[in-house]
Amino acid sequence: MRILTFAKRTLKEMLRDPLTLMFGLGFPAVLILLLSAIQANIPVSLFEIHNLVPGMTVFGLSFMTLFSATLISKDRETAFLTRLYATPMKALDFILGYTLPILPIALAQAAFCFVVGIILGMKLTLNILYSILFVIPIALFFIGLGLLFGSILNQKQVGGICGAALTNLTAWLSGIWFDLELVGGAFKKIADLLPFRHAVEIEQMVYAGDYSELISHLLWVIGYALVSIILAVILFTKQMKKG
Amino acid sequence: MKAIEIKNLTKRYKDVVAVNDLNLDIEKGELFALLGVNGAGKTTTIKMLSCLIKATSGDAFLMEKSIKTHTNAVKSIIGISPQETAVAQGLSVRENLELICGIYGFSKDKTKKKIEELTEEFGLNEVLNKRPSKLSGGWQRRLSIALALIGEPEILFLDEPTLGLDVIARSELWDTIRSLKGKVTIILTTHYMEEAESLSDRIGVMKQGRLIALGTAEELKKKTGAEKFEEAFVTLVKEASK
Repeated sequence: MRILTFAKRTLKEMLRDPLTLMFGLGFPAVLILLLSAIQANIPVSLFEIHNLVPGMTVFGLSFMTLFSATLISKDRETAFLTRLYATPMKALDFILGYTLPILPIALAQAAFCFVVGIILGMKLTLNILYSILFVIPIALFFIGLGLLFGSILNQKQVGGICGAALTNLTAWLSGIWFDLELVGGAFKKIADLLPFRHAVEIEQMVYAGDYSELISHLLWVIGYALVSIILAVILFTKQMKKG
Repeated sequence: MKAIEIKNLTKRYKDVVAVNDLNLDIEKGELFALLGVNGAGKTTTIKMLSCLIKATSGDAFLMEKSIKTHTNAVKSIIGISPQETAVAQGLSVRENLELICGIYGFSKDKTKKKIEELTEEFGLNEVLNKRPSKLSGGWQRRLSIALALIGEPEILFLDEPTLGLDVIARSELWDTIRSLKGKVTIILTTHYMEEAESLSDRIGVMKQGRLIALGTAEELKKKTGAEKFEEAFVTLVKEASK
């Protein structure tokens, strides 16, 4: 009951923030349109619609970290969390109340990217539905990061780390903007060790209906999602005890 | 009956002793003011009593429930209005009230009744559909106290409730606080001498984590031979430094 009440509040606050609509739905869609226009004039396989939309879906998810971290950080700074800590709310109520409502936003964002893709000529197949569902573990990773950063950073730091650093990291190390194989070397090795590239591979493979190497990419993402969520729970609970 | 019984309560942060061996009893229905300069330990005391932080040593009993061993029971009988506004900025006043009602597990009917009751008591009707960011500081503090009362607390903590408010808003908030006297035990921290003198039944003066004086405003003035309460406070704090 408390989880539901708190989750409703999280959802309302997020949907009322114009940044959520602007960056959550608008920005990935604008990028898809823009890069598709470039692709129409100068063909690059990377920006072909069946590669581009799954990639942008993952890039868009990086904003979930920004949204959740901003809200949690704001709640800490305005002492709203202090008020709630003195109520019968438990750590689990907070953690689920913050994370659960972001999941439907992430799914809606992914669906919106695919709708834009369909308008631009992407094939409408059942694989799109599967691709949207496979967003869940990726979204959990980004939401976990949001809870983690929101627990330890102030709003200004959240803007810098989640708004600038993480979104750039996601863009560069995921192979959305350039082919990681062409860059090679240490850059590619780092990209292979992080979850962003694997997340894009998952989305592209599921859309293509190619499940041959899906498990290995999925394991990377699930592993990172688990680590980010566990760390987030530890840090949030620690902050809660500090009052 | 004692609402609060504090026994040797201490909070230490590495080398700093924020609250030092505090012993204090507060009666049920009393409005008790904790007064002190910055860093005196007032907010730390409130945070320990409301189970927001753990005491290093000692204990306190709120309606006979230990803050160390019965945290949940204590949380169920207290309300807190922190120093900051502490409201959900993206929700309207009504939605803020509904949220806290939901957290306390109220039914729809009880939520409706509680909101009507608090709207009447705090005169919130004209701002119910506004967001807190659109309200003046005085209205925000009123909302903050209303939120703290939703759980029907037996003990209410008001941490610097009038900080930063103008004279009129402060006077209006004092009326609100006075209206709660007797219905609930109130522990109020403040920097303002006239606030403590005007509102409270008894005053505790803290300095560097220690309770250096305790009594009614009149008793403290008599004790120091001061005419005004502010003079009494300054004398007490200066004497404690010697």
